[in-house]
Amino acid sequence: MSGEAIAFYVLAAVTLGSGVVVVTSPNVVHSAVALVPTFLGVTGIYVLLSAEFVAVIQVLIYAGAITVLILFVIMLTEGGTGIRARQRNEQGAIGAAVAAAMAGLLIAVAVRTPWARLPGTLPTYTPGAIGQSFLGPNLLVFEGTSVVLLVSLVGAIVIARKEE
Amino acid sequence: MLLDWGYVAVFAIVGAILAALPLLVIWLIAPRSAYPQKLETYESGVPTIGQAWSQFNVRYYLFSLVFVVFDVEIIYLYPWAVVARSGGALAFVEILIFLVILTLGLVYAWRKGALEWV
Repeated sequence: MSGEAIAFYVLAAVTLGSGVVVVTSPNVVHSAVALVPTFLGVTGIYVLLSAEFVAVIQVLIYAGAITVLILFVIMLTEGGTGIRARQRNEQGAIGAAVAAAMAGLLIAVAVRTPWARLPGTLPTYTPGAIGQSFLGPNLLVFEGTSVVLLVSLVGAIVIARKEE
Repeated sequence: MLLDWGYVAVFAIVGAILAALPLLVIWLIAPRSAYPQKLETYESGVPTIGQAWSQFNVRYYLFSLVFVVFDVEIIYLYPWAVVARSGGALAFVEILIFLVILTLGLVYAWRKGALEWV
């Protein structure tokens, strides 16, 4: 087994293992924290696929911001922490059937798709290539993004402060 | 390229070992005593009142929203930083405009008192 394959299986085990904790832990906060190794495992798989920029986004946005938001929502909710929540109910069998059907569908799609195998070629979506496009054809898009972020920041403040 | 990430893997493994080793050593050599005080949060300290599992103040939510916006902003600095040196003056002016627009957001949050603990 090559090093790449070992790395893939280790990362997949980390992702699946902490994913199981997310859906089975009776403590909601533990579930939310277990999302972090799940996201980091996916990050490692992105790195194996030579998608470094997506990996950085995964760490910063998902493992960082999204998890923080989820934790905040839980900790700000009355009775959100410190209770033992039941993660299973009488819908469990139906849920498992739907999940199995979904997994089968995804596997069928992945197996049947004729993936274009081009050994030795890497996609050009590296941070450097993206940066070059920000300097050239997508310069206005780059500056426009900051306006979008400004609007979202102002909007978030307006909505969050109105309640007081 | 992928081989460079091998160093990252080595650092991650060594880091995990360094974190786990003291716990293992303590578990092996520490003497065990069965006082009820041993289980308190601050042994020989002030007895704790209530639990750590409590509802937190809703004001924190505003900080987290501001954090998320600036977290997304940082994403855009990565591609820029790679080409900053080769991009020259254009790259500098571009990122300056980008950051000034976002600083307006910070100034707005500041003026509206979103950063203050009321």
